[in-house]
Amino acid sequence: MEPFTTLSAVAAPIDIVNCDTDRIIPARFLRKPRASGYDRWLFHDMRFDASGNERPEFVLNQPAYRGARILVAAPNYGCGSSREQAVYVMYDYGIRSVIAPSFGDIHYGNALQNGFLPIVLSEEQCGRLREQLHAAPGASISIDLAAQTVTGPDGARYRFDIDPAAKERLLKGLDDVGLVLQHIERIEGFEERYLAEQPWVAV
Amino acid sequence: MARTLFEKIWDRHVVTHGSGGDALLYVDRHYLHEGSFHAFNALAGAGRGVRKPAQCFAFDDHYVPTAGRERGSAGVADEEARGLIENIARNTARHGIRHFHIDDPRQGIIHVAAPELGLTLPGFVINCGDSHTSTHGAVGALAFGIGASQVKQVLATQCIWQKKPRTMRISIDGALGAGVSAKDVILAIIARIGIGGAQGHVIEYAGSTIRALGMEARMTICNMSIEAGARAGMIAPDDTTYAFLAGRHFAPSAAAWEAALGYWRSLPSDSDARFDREVGLDAAALEPMVTWGTNPEEGAAVTAVVPDPASVADPLRRERMQSSLAYMGLTPGMAIDAIAVDRVFIGSCTNGRLDDLRAAAAVAKGRTAVVPAMVSPGSRGVKLAAEAEGLDRVFRDAGFEWRDAGCSMCVGINGDQVGSGERCASTSNRNFEGRQGKGARTHLMGPAMAAAAAVTGRITDVRRL
Repeated sequence: MEPFTTLSAVAAPIDIVNCDTDRIIPARFLRKPRASGYDRWLFHDMRFDASGNERPEFVLNQPAYRGARILVAAPNYGCGSSREQAVYVMYDYGIRSVIAPSFGDIHYGNALQNGFLPIVLSEEQCGRLREQLHAAPGASISIDLAAQTVTGPDGARYRFDIDPAAKERLLKGLDDVGLVLQHIERIEGFEERYLAEQPWVAV
Repeated sequence: MARTLFEKIWDRHVVTHGSGGDALLYVDRHYLHEGSFHAFNALAGAGRGVRKPAQCFAFDDHYVPTAGRERGSAGVADEEARGLIENIARNTARHGIRHFHIDDPRQGIIHVAAPELGLTLPGFVINCGDSHTSTHGAVGALAFGIGASQVKQVLATQCIWQKKPRTMRISIDGALGAGVSAKDVILAIIARIGIGGAQGHVIEYAGSTIRALGMEARMTICNMSIEAGARAGMIAPDDTTYAFLAGRHFAPSAAAWEAALGYWRSLPSDSDARFDREVGLDAAALEPMVTWGTNPEEGAAVTAVVPDPASVADPLRRERMQSSLAYMGLTPGMAIDAIAVDRVFIGSCTNGRLDDLRAAAAVAKGRTAVVPAMVSPGSRGVKLAAEAEGLDRVFRDAGFEWRDAGCSMCVGINGDQVGSGERCASTSNRNFEGRQGKGARTHLMGPAMAAAAAVTGRITDVRRL
């Protein structure tokens, strides 16, 4: 997994409350192999019309926001299905962080598994950032994971919380499987006792 | 110290803690489906194997067609879907994982078939790469959906890192009125607390209403916990649970059953256990529910009218409601039971069980569908049981299509889709834009309500039919 340390990049506002993962990637694309590149399916049905042409009103189709690497979203971003492809589409497009007042739990966890940083700021702070991005299309936001700060287009700095273990994994780009298998002796010991006490687990 | 059902299961499964306080949990059951190919590919890419294949079980559900199943995977016309169905067969064979494939008589939607086979048991930690894994919490298990990376992690280690969620108890007391089902209970809960209302929490459903429900109804409720944003939903095991599990194929028997039962009886929340949040609902006040918008919280009683965005103060949420109504083609103030539908879908992991089909058939019996209506049993086991009772005949006589088992029109990726602009009365779990097909308009409701919509051609209060 690619580490995440700092990022200064163009940010785009996504003003949709409860933006579900079916919007982020419609289910009909979930079958595609990862190697095929997922960027073209990001927000597909909002981004493209029925003939496959870009909808000019959609934020990522506007020249100033094109190639944004950060999204600032509304409450409950990524609610719904567990599809990790909702992270793949953003990642393959070049996006590495979403800032929102809250996230769907599964989507938040999936993001962390992909070198992608979901940041929770207050509804008021996210609202202010989205307003600034609308007012100055193409404006940048800076993120420093080690310092746990977001710097808005106006230079205002916001601190965010993140689970220390998740932060460590992102900063170092560590793979979870490796981190589990460090504990293999404990797992085996646990398993031996557990399966002896509950023989109905193994069928 | 007094503990909740959730805390007892959590504590029992902690292998160790990480430096940041995360728990490494042991996983009893890992369910897989055709969509798990991303995880299997990543596993192969990392050169890793499956650590405990005997605790993994795979089902074909998302991509299987619901017609023409007599030819097995060879009969799947959609080449990509066939590829995924063949792929899970190869991956499970390679790793020694039991697989209930497209032409297995025990095949079905994981969240219907696994409990039916006795794989899902009280006290278990259960994972699956599907958000409706919360269904399995109905037997008193901690069951939650995960993404592909964590599916890979569980395949490779049989463990999962988790941050401890908070707890919420939703107590529902009193008797449900005639014509009010478990689906109405959960839709009312979601309308009340919101689609993000249980974020970061595990819900325990409790109260006299829940205790009086059968296992299938309990599964309907736990199934949609994710639609309130919950990490999981669960219900304490009781005699209803044990009666449901006894004699099922993979459930323990004889001495092991007695030992398991002793443990299971220790699981319910202690009477003085504390929850981080408490919510209460009066069952007698509930009516049949219908969603009018594009997420499951946007629902109301069938007797209500479509709400007015002008009544919403927050501009962002007002805009969201306006866009939902525009997508749905509805205007504020319109009576919900005046909305005409183009088709009806009865099935899914929410409402594809035998009791659901019985409730729908009771409405369909002696009447005729006036719009296309499709019934897809949640598993082949349900299908056989329904046919043994003659429900297939009731549906066919009423002009409903009787299909085979799978996720079908809930998510539309097997080809069973709602057309663009078409309005569907559906017993599934999500009414997101494009969920049942691009441009599809979904109204979620219970199975009897969906059958009523089929025979009248509009959303109908089944109590008045």
